[in-house]
Amino acid sequence: MIYGGRASGLLYLSPYLVGLAVFTLFPFVASLLLSFSDYRLQDALSAAQLVGFENYAAIVHDRTFGKSLVVTLVYVFVTVPLKLAFALFIAFVLNFRLRGINAFRTAYYLPSILGGSVAIAVVWRYVFAGDGLINQALAVLSANPVNWLGEPAYAMVSIVLLRLWQFGSAMVIFLAGLQGIPADLYEAARLDGASHWQVFRRITVPLLTPVIFFNFIMQVIQAFQEFNGPYVITGGGPLKSTYLLPLMIYEEAFKYFEVGYASALSWCLFVLVAVFTALAFRSSKHWVFYAQERGEGGQ
Amino acid sequence: MARSSVQLAGVAKQFGSTVVIRDVTLDIAPGEFVVFVGPSGCGKSTLLRLVAGLEQPSAGAIHISGRDVTHEHPSKRGVAMVFQSYALYPHMSVAENMAFGLRMLGTPKAEIATRVTAAAQTLQLEALLDRKPRALSGGQRQRVAIGRAIVREPDVFLFDEPLSNLDAALRAQVRVEIARLHARLGATMIYVTHDQVEAMTLASRIVVLNGGRIEQIGAPMDLYRLPANRFVAGFLGSPRMNFLPARVAAAGEHGVDLEVAGETLRIARRLAARAGDIVTLGVRPEDLSLAHAQDGAAHNGILRGEVSLLERLGGEALIHVTLRGTQAETLVAKLAGDVSLSARQPIALKLDGAACHLFDDAGRTMT
Repeated sequence: MIYGGRASGLLYLSPYLVGLAVFTLFPFVASLLLSFSDYRLQDALSAAQLVGFENYAAIVHDRTFGKSLVVTLVYVFVTVPLKLAFALFIAFVLNFRLRGINAFRTAYYLPSILGGSVAIAVVWRYVFAGDGLINQALAVLSANPVNWLGEPAYAMVSIVLLRLWQFGSAMVIFLAGLQGIPADLYEAARLDGASHWQVFRRITVPLLTPVIFFNFIMQVIQAFQEFNGPYVITGGGPLKSTYLLPLMIYEEAFKYFEVGYASALSWCLFVLVAVFTALAFRSSKHWVFYAQERGEGGQ
Repeated sequence: MARSSVQLAGVAKQFGSTVVIRDVTLDIAPGEFVVFVGPSGCGKSTLLRLVAGLEQPSAGAIHISGRDVTHEHPSKRGVAMVFQSYALYPHMSVAENMAFGLRMLGTPKAEIATRVTAAAQTLQLEALLDRKPRALSGGQRQRVAIGRAIVREPDVFLFDEPLSNLDAALRAQVRVEIARLHARLGATMIYVTHDQVEAMTLASRIVVLNGGRIEQIGAPMDLYRLPANRFVAGFLGSPRMNFLPARVAAAGEHGVDLEVAGETLRIARRLAARAGDIVTLGVRPEDLSLAHAQDGAAHNGILRGEVSLLERLGGEALIHVTLRGTQAETLVAKLAGDVSLSARQPIALKLDGAACHLFDDAGRTMT
């Protein structure tokens, strides 16, 4: 179509709309319906039987779910603050004007490009293995080797560290936020006699709260969805100590073929993430500072 | 309010290989209002930042109240600065902004409250103390920035182009407020601007900077009447001084006879000029007047040309004149607002020889 119009507009949008319909909306609706069904993966979709809230009732009584929920919450509560603090620290350091700073910024961002991949998770498994890199380093220091992947507490540490290692994207966003703080505010604070720590606490952090909030929401969502680390490194073990909810959903669907139950679990995870996000948004009124009112022009 | 002196001795500043300030020596007396003025890039803001301690000099020393503060932390110099952008902390209320410096110094809360209240009264900010900067107008923000400086009771106030973000009407108003504030506090103030009107109206003394050097220091009217060189003459005054190439026809006890734009002009002062010298004649627009018939008869100090543009400002009119026999030589005359002239009309302007300035080929004023 040569002339502009509604149809040609839709045509331009169609690749996205088709993708949205096939890969997002359809699975979204299908999983909601399946969560109220008894459906096993090997059966035809027509064999699915509506069972009402049976799957959800089963979840409430499922001890594995309880364990997985606790493990997931621990993982989220530990990794999100640690990763944000670490990313902010590195961004702060990389915000100094030094010779060759861009090379450092690139080097620090690289793990994020690689970090989420299965390949790095495999590398991580070897790093934390009994005769892996870390234990060899400990041996050099004459320290006893640690059973990283065999002890529940240490296994959690290994997947937490993998998550921390992927700090790059949060760091880049923090760095952009830091660079958006006008330099004359720091100069005014210097003249006012504020120490470096006071400047950080009273100027930098308050002005960075919109960025901290954004990163917090993104990191909470991503942490709840973590799958590669526990799947590749620990397999959810030992004793289900790293059995995060996405791994449980995966196993219910593709190991035990209980797609109806897995769908119900997915919706529980979705509600959990939605509740946490909503709580974060409600709390943001009290701690997130926006320099401009919404809709207000630049000053 | 403390009154304090500031001395700069041989101060220089380099950024890499770029020299921004060259060997500046300057004494500022207690209670003086000194304005650093000059075109963009002349180093005036850098000089102020050196006094503030936000930059370290590459050479020289800075004393405040007789104390060497060259390597002191900015907060220990007894200075307070008002920034061009105001630099108000956007997440703090007006009161918190004003109190921040005192809190950092560990001042007791009761004293902070007293000082903030007093400064707010001085600047009529009482009703705004709980507001955030984003809820203030430009002029109010500027007053808060000044209030933040006042509460610290500094020895020296530093202003870095504080009016440049305000509209013209507000600029005139805040300018008057700053002048009143100086009169009331009697504190030493250093003020940076590129606006010669601010410099002329506010300063006890003006420091004209160009290329990182001081061109001239003096009281505003002294600089206006007796500029040391063509740069200062051109920088101070609005509209700027007219410059015309001229040739010395004769020089002696009677003064100097000039040939300028095909006319002759006698400057009845003894000047160090010799016949044949090529010089620059400087004449301010307000020193030109319409020539009458009897002036024309004498044929002395009359410039003839054609009105190329007329700008009526109300009380006065700016007449742009292309001189006869030239294409490029244009001068501007400031005449009465109701002068009956129109574009492309022939015009004869009378120069007041006593008010004319002569500059040699190096741009220095000839005396």
